[in-house]
Amino acid sequence: MNRLGKIGTVIIALFFFVAIFAPLLAPHSPTEQKQFAADAPLEDRLKPSASHPFGVDDLGRDVLSRVMFGARISMQVGVTVVLISAFIGMIIGSISGFYGGWVDRFFSGFLFNVFLSFPSILLAIAMVAFLGPSIRNLILALSVIGWVGYARLMRGQVLKVREYDFVTAARALGASDFRIIFRHVLPNAIQPLIVQASLGMAGAVLSEASLSFLGLGVQPPTSSWGVMLNDARSFLRVAPHLLIFPGLAVMLTVMAFNFVGDGLREWLDPKQKRQ
Amino acid sequence: MLNILVLLAKRLLVVLPVVWAVVTLVFLLIHIVPGDPVRNSLGENATEQQVAELKHKLGLDLPLTGQYVNYWRGVLQGDLGVSLVNPSDKVFEKILSRYPATIELAIAGLIVAISIAIPLGVSAGRNQGKLRDNIASVVALLGISTPGFVLGPLMILLFAIKLDWLPVSGRYGFEYLILPAVTLGAPLAAILTRMVRSSVIEELNEDYVRTARAKGLSERHVIYKHVLKNGLIPVVTVIGLQFGVLLAGAIITEMIFSWPGLGRLTIDSINSRDYPMVQGCILMIALTYIIANLITDFAYRLLDPRIKVE
Repeated sequence: MNRLGKIGTVIIALFFFVAIFAPLLAPHSPTEQKQFAADAPLEDRLKPSASHPFGVDDLGRDVLSRVMFGARISMQVGVTVVLISAFIGMIIGSISGFYGGWVDRFFSGFLFNVFLSFPSILLAIAMVAFLGPSIRNLILALSVIGWVGYARLMRGQVLKVREYDFVTAARALGASDFRIIFRHVLPNAIQPLIVQASLGMAGAVLSEASLSFLGLGVQPPTSSWGVMLNDARSFLRVAPHLLIFPGLAVMLTVMAFNFVGDGLREWLDPKQKRQ
Repeated sequence: MLNILVLLAKRLLVVLPVVWAVVTLVFLLIHIVPGDPVRNSLGENATEQQVAELKHKLGLDLPLTGQYVNYWRGVLQGDLGVSLVNPSDKVFEKILSRYPATIELAIAGLIVAISIAIPLGVSAGRNQGKLRDNIASVVALLGISTPGFVLGPLMILLFAIKLDWLPVSGRYGFEYLILPAVTLGAPLAAILTRMVRSSVIEELNEDYVRTARAKGLSERHVIYKHVLKNGLIPVVTVIGLQFGVLLAGAIITEMIFSWPGLGRLTIDSINSRDYPMVQGCILMIALTYIIANLITDFAYRLLDPRIKVE
């Protein structure tokens, strides 16, 4: 894998490690608030220090711990969304590609276009706006917009494999449709699927941060990078680090998943022209 | 002329079912609210009678099919209902009043993106592999990876607070447009730079470039009069496709800079549980996106003479 991909892999490993072990790694509780001595100016109180390497927010919460638990939220949302949308997408894509005819026309000609006709964030915002902001609804909304990519991919794979001789042979031997998809289409589809999943993860993390930033995702006191970034806006002058640390976290994570996705894509398809 | 009309008809045939689905989905939104949307909006102290009155006014006490028909009738007549929060505000009129601000922002973002992408992309493409190219690649990467809600506040911190060159928020003059436009346009600039660069590299290898140079034309002439013209076709397509991303990004940018556009109206309405207004906003943004795609599709076919206008 190319160099960027390797760097991305390291960052992702770090991300998952921190996310999974956050309760053990975090030096403080992410929600524990601290009272300040009234005399010290705000700027000084919030600055990074030995006991708070990333500083402290306006409610006295440790930023480093919040960033770590934020990784946890991003991971939970991201992995769940990717799993659900991949699952739905693969089923619909397989059905569409396999049975063709009006089924295919309905799904790929109509349904895909409907979902693609919304800027994806808009549909997510719409769903969360009406269902109510919560992690569960956020995951639901992001899965609803995410499945299309996997469906198209799966459909393409099914269409390709459907024509192969060994599939005709398998059918002649009485293999069921399900078995054909499972045993023959899926192994070929795994590689582009993983690329899609990596890029999907980047998208999910970014979407979660965006929606939480708008107040439509994770609700306080749970900490998510998006929420932290929104809170940071009021304190730009006195405490820019409240913006910088969660900001860097989002950027690095999204970049890393993109690097890995691109790296995998290049690695798995030697025929592809380099960008 | 007939060709174009036929193409339009064919495209509409594809687009109209999608529009139908979008309107239907938006209509259904108010019905997925857990609990009672009217009561949610009026608050806990509302009496049964107030709730019932408002429901009747909104037509929510009719059976679903009746509501659906009414909704369509409204959409076709330009009546999207009234605001739950400010019943004197008509949804459609309010949205139209905010629309120009968002379009202004989107176009400004587009201009920023193109102004950065073309020179940067051409420079990178001509100097493929060299330092200039690598720097451009890194800058493009940062542009794509920095989300608007990180870049925006960062720019406010630098240009508005520390340097005090530009205002922080609002829409009161040209200088107020600069930071939001750059924030909105940056990711697009990054994507376009990579595309321009690829196109330039591809076109520079073509025979006609060698011919033009052999004819003695200046390098500048070759690049801007020939290479770009051909290379920009895929770029135009990408711009059209990315317009939706611009619209979506505008929501966040408008919140950061308190820009009085459609995006901010959407979020403010969500926060005040003004459901009809939210429905209206979502519908308008989605329809704008569909129309923009339609226009891009046409532009693309008209620009590239190699593509037959079927």
